[in-house]
Amino acid sequence: MAAPIPNLSAALNLAAPTSASWLTILPVPLCFSLAAILVILRRHSILQPVIATAGLLLLVGLNAALLVAVIAEGPVTMVMGRWLPPFGIAFTVDLTSALFTLAASVVALAACLFASGDIDAAARGQGFYAFLLLLMAGVCGALTTGDIFNLYVWFEVTLIAAFGLMAVGEEPEQIDGAWTYALMNLVGTALFLATVGLLYARLGTLNMADLAREIRAGEGAQPGMTLSVLFLFALGLKAAAFPLQMWLPAAYHTPRLTVSALFAGLMTKVAIYVLLRLFVMLMPLQREELSLLIVTAGAASMLVGALGMLAEDDLRRVAGFGVIAGIGNMLSGLALGSPGGVSGAILYALHSMLAMTALYIAVAGIGRRLGSFSLGRAGGLYARDPLFAFLCLALFFAVSGLPPLSGFWPKAILTKAALDIGAWWLAGAILLSGFLTTIALARIFLLAFWRPAATAEIGPAASGTAALTLLVALIAGFGLLPEGVLSLAQEAAASLSAGDAYVGSVFPGEASP
Amino acid sequence: MNTPIFRAFAVPLTALMLIASLFILLRGHNAPGGGFIGGLVAAAAFALQAAAFGPKAVRRAVKVSPLSVAAFGLSAACVAGLFSALADMPFMTGLWIEPHLFGITVPLSTVMLFDAGVYLVVVGAVTAIALAVEEEEP
Repeated sequence: MAAPIPNLSAALNLAAPTSASWLTILPVPLCFSLAAILVILRRHSILQPVIATAGLLLLVGLNAALLVAVIAEGPVTMVMGRWLPPFGIAFTVDLTSALFTLAASVVALAACLFASGDIDAAARGQGFYAFLLLLMAGVCGALTTGDIFNLYVWFEVTLIAAFGLMAVGEEPEQIDGAWTYALMNLVGTALFLATVGLLYARLGTLNMADLAREIRAGEGAQPGMTLSVLFLFALGLKAAAFPLQMWLPAAYHTPRLTVSALFAGLMTKVAIYVLLRLFVMLMPLQREELSLLIVTAGAASMLVGALGMLAEDDLRRVAGFGVIAGIGNMLSGLALGSPGGVSGAILYALHSMLAMTALYIAVAGIGRRLGSFSLGRAGGLYARDPLFAFLCLALFFAVSGLPPLSGFWPKAILTKAALDIGAWWLAGAILLSGFLTTIALARIFLLAFWRPAATAEIGPAASGTAALTLLVALIAGFGLLPEGVLSLAQEAAASLSAGDAYVGSVFPGEASP
Repeated sequence: MNTPIFRAFAVPLTALMLIASLFILLRGHNAPGGGFIGGLVAAAAFALQAAAFGPKAVRRAVKVSPLSVAAFGLSAACVAGLFSALADMPFMTGLWIEPHLFGITVPLSTVMLFDAGVYLVVVGAVTAIALAVEEEEP
């Protein structure tokens, strides 16, 4: 019965993998096994946060080591099962991936720290921490994979975990939010899958380095406009870009705020990462042709987001519109496509991951202290908790893009990149959106912090300052000492635009395109 | 639906389906089949049993909670991928040992461990869903 085994050595890479290449893959099995352990131990509600926090600390350590390795040696690749690329599934991490993965794991750690006060024993029993680790497995996989179909699989893993997280808590309005979220994201992901299928039919490969090589050589089949627009639509839906943004404020305020904080930091930014990877590295020509469309969507998202922040009374929905405004900034960087534009988009994404998670945690802190999320009834927080007020003020400066905090640098770079090509109206939109955001957040500070409390009622004792302090410290560090991150983002953007280091890492020894 | 005929047939049918699911799992390495489809057949067997005798009877009979089975399978699949690190090969490289047991060569591999992990994930997760749905019904 056993057929003779053919000699496969011509199809295999027989060299031993380096220890750096193991770092590209390890975050995924780490998160999966921790999620499995947490499911088995689901009745031990005291052990759950301990295991999850230790695991996420380890994940931050692994991803920091990965970033160090990528800075030292350039892009790192591991191809599963010794098969030669493009047939084996490659995990390739370049500087952009490494920066995003590290920021994502820091966000998850902060959310996990904050969860100890927000997620009660019942929600732990429903598997909050297991879903958190499963979500991180999906996010790390999506950010590190070098295969576009594999990327779709990680989207699905992320979605399964996200549906679980949306439903933790079992309040009636959560079903409404979870339904909106699930439907829109399923449509986006299904469209992405269909487009990947069309891409394979057209080019016959799914490995991103192979695709980049083929498309950039400009000979043979090209992805064409239809495919690029479909990718843009699918990922724009997942990123909540105008005019596909309305699901986000309708869904993000319903689950537990830890979950909202986690989603605000991770989900839309993964879509931005994929947009950068596809339209900067794989399809630069198509990006150039679509740039007017992308930049219009970006500018509209910025303004719609900022106006939404001004108009809303529910603080949770204010934060939701803040996410959309940030997406607009990243999209305009993508549309510019110049080194300044792409590095501005990467920087903005890193800043936004930390700042949006922190914004939801701050909103949760306000709601917990006052017992309601309505801005109209808020007041008296400054007198009650000056430290919390200080942290929120610093965070509001960062989100508005005021110096000296982290939001200032990406906005300054994007504005300069827009002015460099004479797009004064885009620079104007960025500044106007920042100005409106400043007014919206100043309004919150004025009403919720400085206005005397309307009622004497005191909310339950507040905790969760640790996570907010961690994030604000990182944001402040990035804002005050920007040189390191700025030069890393510039290098990441240059390497993403050139693409040859990425291709060279997957296909060593071949001529670069 | 819950007739004596159905209940009488449910027991042998469940046994047959479980055996068939193992056959499909082991056959899957070189022929159609594998962990996913085998797991679905096994989960269908448990769902059949639950339809005949109620979900409580199934929970008592399987002893371990289906979700824990799924979690165990997930960690088994992860571990199967990591074995290749010991041999200095990339993640998920298949490794084989061929011990002689009772005079027959039994080829065992990390690929099989991975497939068994997938089988357990599917059995556990789908059975958990099926039992939860059965319990919801009045």
